[in-house]
Amino acid sequence: MGFIALKMLIGDRAKYIGIVIGLTFASLLMTQQAAIFIGIMTRTYSFLTDFSLPDIWVVDPQVQYIEDIKPLRDTEVLRVRGVEGVQWAVPVYKGMLRARLDNGTFQTCSMVGLDDASLIGGPPVMVAGQLGDLRQSDAVIVDEVGATGKLARVSPNGRRVPLRIGDTLELNDHRAFVVGICRVTRTFQSNPVIYTTYSRATTFAPRERKLMSFVAVKAKTGEDLKVVCAQIERVTGLKAYTCDAFKKLTFTYFLKYTGMPINFLTAVLLGVVVGITISGQTFYNFTLDNLRYFGTLKAMGTTDGRLLGMILLQALTVGAIGYGLGVGAASIWGSWAVSRTQIAFRLPWQLLAGTGVAVLLICLGSAALSIRKVIRLEPAVVFRS
Amino acid sequence: MVANLTPANASRRAVICCGLTKTYGSGPAAVQALRGVDLEVAPGELLMLVGPSGCGKTTLISVLAGVLRRDGGDCTVLDQDYNKMRRNETTRFRGQNIGFVFQAFNLIPSLTAAENVATPLMINGARRRSAVSAAGEILHRVGLDERMARSWPADLSGGQQQRVAIARSFIHGPRLIVCDEPTSALDSETGRRVMELMRELAVKTDRAVIVVTHDARIFEFADRIAYMNDGRITRVVDAQTMSAGEK
Repeated sequence: MGFIALKMLIGDRAKYIGIVIGLTFASLLMTQQAAIFIGIMTRTYSFLTDFSLPDIWVVDPQVQYIEDIKPLRDTEVLRVRGVEGVQWAVPVYKGMLRARLDNGTFQTCSMVGLDDASLIGGPPVMVAGQLGDLRQSDAVIVDEVGATGKLARVSPNGRRVPLRIGDTLELNDHRAFVVGICRVTRTFQSNPVIYTTYSRATTFAPRERKLMSFVAVKAKTGEDLKVVCAQIERVTGLKAYTCDAFKKLTFTYFLKYTGMPINFLTAVLLGVVVGITISGQTFYNFTLDNLRYFGTLKAMGTTDGRLLGMILLQALTVGAIGYGLGVGAASIWGSWAVSRTQIAFRLPWQLLAGTGVAVLLICLGSAALSIRKVIRLEPAVVFRS
Repeated sequence: MVANLTPANASRRAVICCGLTKTYGSGPAAVQALRGVDLEVAPGELLMLVGPSGCGKTTLISVLAGVLRRDGGDCTVLDQDYNKMRRNETTRFRGQNIGFVFQAFNLIPSLTAAENVATPLMINGARRRSAVSAAGEILHRVGLDERMARSWPADLSGGQQQRVAIARSFIHGPRLIVCDEPTSALDSETGRRVMELMRELAVKTDRAVIVVTHDARIFEFADRIAYMNDGRITRVVDAQTMSAGEK
């Protein structure tokens, strides 16, 4: 009977294509919008993604998310080092400063200051130069996208020339010498990222009484991170987060205090509505058009259970095709957009599963209306002209 | 008028109905479609039900085919009382024992002629390949070749479609076939051929055929003709002994 169900479905070409297009569009919209949202949200903690070596981040207790920096005294790093369970602890500077470009305009950059001795937390990928070159005088490493984009020089003929090793920058009225180009995870603000040593970063930074942004901590092997965090908090009076907790804090802040979730949720809901209205309505119309044949099958001895199975098979078939095409189109679009633009796009398996469940619910909802109609159908209808 | 049947001859009848009633709706809007129908049909018999529009013919074959429940009276079809069966049991019983021919053919447009004919076998659990193969042989018997077996219903003439419908009605070996106006959508010559086919292939010693019709030109194919009026069978005549005037 599955064969008959599928032939009935595919036989009505216009409706079949209409249902599949509706589900494809719904699936595409839900996947693409949610993937952009997830991409943007993961950028909010991209610094933590790249700075992956520490287990624990020690911050001021009032810090609400990673960009909400309330500087600490430099001596705090020594106190943290003294806590039991800590293997090492290094100071980290993170802040915004202005770079003056050749044409006189300014560009806000994100500066990361690494521990002078260990250079822990350096960029994940060096495209040119070496991390150790940061020990040279006035040395900085610039991220690839910033070097080719916002920090690129403009030649006399108007072409943009990317920053290269050996070029100089002016950062807060200080000379900075480019010794490397790196690749980093894009930031939420999409500003260029500049790495230097902690002590140099504090000289580039505007003068403040306290300058250390965080203490990055590595716990001893086998230590329970939550216990170490509690120890640090008890001893220093500061707040200590595990890496995942700090990411979650940042993620939650953006979820709570920005309008992004509502905006993206609206787009995702639009996808669901499109799915229900176009596909659901068309599927129901398809059933109504075929009611006479369902009645004929019923009269000829097809039980309600088998008719239910036939309709479910039809609904799940169009659902699977629509889902596959929609998710496929979203993936292709995403990989194209990521390779050519700065768009944020992430497609984790949980999103694919979520879209699948949404499409499944749309299909089951559409099928439920049709099933109700067919199950209630009196087989005697076949004798009415 | 058909007399009530005694238990002794009941077992030799495909259909035995006594005092059958059926009412649509309730209250002042109620319409009594059957007002006490008495009818018997023997295996190997082709019975035609005739009468004016609205007299209850279609309601009667719906009840006999088990697609509509009666309200009152007694009715045994192939030794089974539908009102004593559960809904799914009735459905399965129909699938195994009843064949249908409809006025508008009711062939599924997205299935080929052979696949349409194979449908009752698939409903009864046969595999598609063997069912379609069996359908091809049956279609050959009703005069449709292999090319036509692979055709879509829309590509066939009315007569060819009704042949497909007839083939579908008996492919699974039912013991009762009900036909609703099988020739009304056909010209007279095609209608005669369809009835010849029905007589030749569908009517068997162990199978009864009930045909609802308005078409007096096909009365000659009947064994008996039951006249209905106002929800009752008013008379039953032997078609072979009818005079031309009666027809």
